[in-house]
Amino acid sequence: MCKDCGCGDHAGDFRIHAGGHGHHHHRHENDQHGRTVEIMNGLLDDNDRQAAHNRAHFLEAGVLAINLMSSPGSGKTALIEATIDALGHRCRIAVIEGDLETENDAERIRAKGVPAVQITTGQTCHLDAEMVHAGLHALDLSDIDILFIENVGNLVCPADFDLGQAANVVLLSATEGDDKPAKYPVMFRIADLVLISKADLLPVLDDFDPARAKACVRALANPAEVFEVSARRPDTLAPWFAFIENRLGAHAGIRRQAHETAAE
Amino acid sequence: MHELSICRGLLAQVERAAEANGAHHVSRVTVRIGALSGVEPELLRRAFEVARQGGHARAAVLDIIEVPVSVRCEACGAMGVVTSGNLACPDCGNWRVELVAGDELLLESIELDEQDTVDAEEVA
Repeated sequence: MCKDCGCGDHAGDFRIHAGGHGHHHHRHENDQHGRTVEIMNGLLDDNDRQAAHNRAHFLEAGVLAINLMSSPGSGKTALIEATIDALGHRCRIAVIEGDLETENDAERIRAKGVPAVQITTGQTCHLDAEMVHAGLHALDLSDIDILFIENVGNLVCPADFDLGQAANVVLLSATEGDDKPAKYPVMFRIADLVLISKADLLPVLDDFDPARAKACVRALANPAEVFEVSARRPDTLAPWFAFIENRLGAHAGIRRQAHETAAE
Repeated sequence: MHELSICRGLLAQVERAAEANGAHHVSRVTVRIGALSGVEPELLRRAFEVARQGGHARAAVLDIIEVPVSVRCEACGAMGVVTSGNLACPDCGNWRVELVAGDELLLESIELDEQDTVDAEEVA
């Protein structure tokens, strides 16, 4: 169904409880026969409303949603597989996979015994909040602790679309340039965590300097931590797992607070 | 090329605003695009040419106000215009800065063609 979704032009199909439209139009007569109406709305307001709705779903069900973004081939799926291997016995994990075509990635995840929904976007270069909404309703959220949303491999377009996630994690593989954060500032500025993936290759890739990558992230005024990891070396993944545990704790706190507020 | 998706969202808002104001024709759409918004003005312009077909804005001009990136330093308080790839304080070089402008993606206003406008009261 998601390839029919189109992006943005289905606004209004969903009932959203977070905020109203709040349009406030000011009229100005101008010298021509035209009339200027001031609007001052975000161009992504429709997506952002849908994302807020998704976020409310995740919070209500106690699901920590993590949006994984990177260029194609940076190892997002391999990272999820390694995470399932390490945490799958004590956390209930599910995955929404975004790709232009094929169900290959979802099949890789299902082979681990974890539920996965594949969203094929067709011509669309990113996931949007409406696609994720369709995806989350194909899952039983009450049976999930962590939902990984593996975005379409692309360092440009996904950065603009809030999906309702609790955290953005951006992968930068050691086989790419260490200055990528400077080249793709919109993406790396919104990262809550940057993972230098395929770090087991660093000894043979002497032109990739993790310190330089980190400096590029800081130059975007982003305090996010930058970890070197390899899905093939589970021992390198400890900081990534600590990040997840930390976010799980924080998310549970937000959820308790929301419940208390609702009860008052 | 997510500009087409963004443009469709933009036009959906333009349609709603035009209808709320009882207008059939929109002659101008003004947007504010920050250099750090992730939207390429030229691509948005091209997407607009395609996406405006058949709607109230089919003959509209797209005006793009491009907004440079500016920051305020959390350490020394200096303000300045910086590049998208390096937001560090232009005065002291500190990386902890607050973005003051440059990430906006805003539909600022639309201009309605009154000659074809049905009188309608403002919709709250």
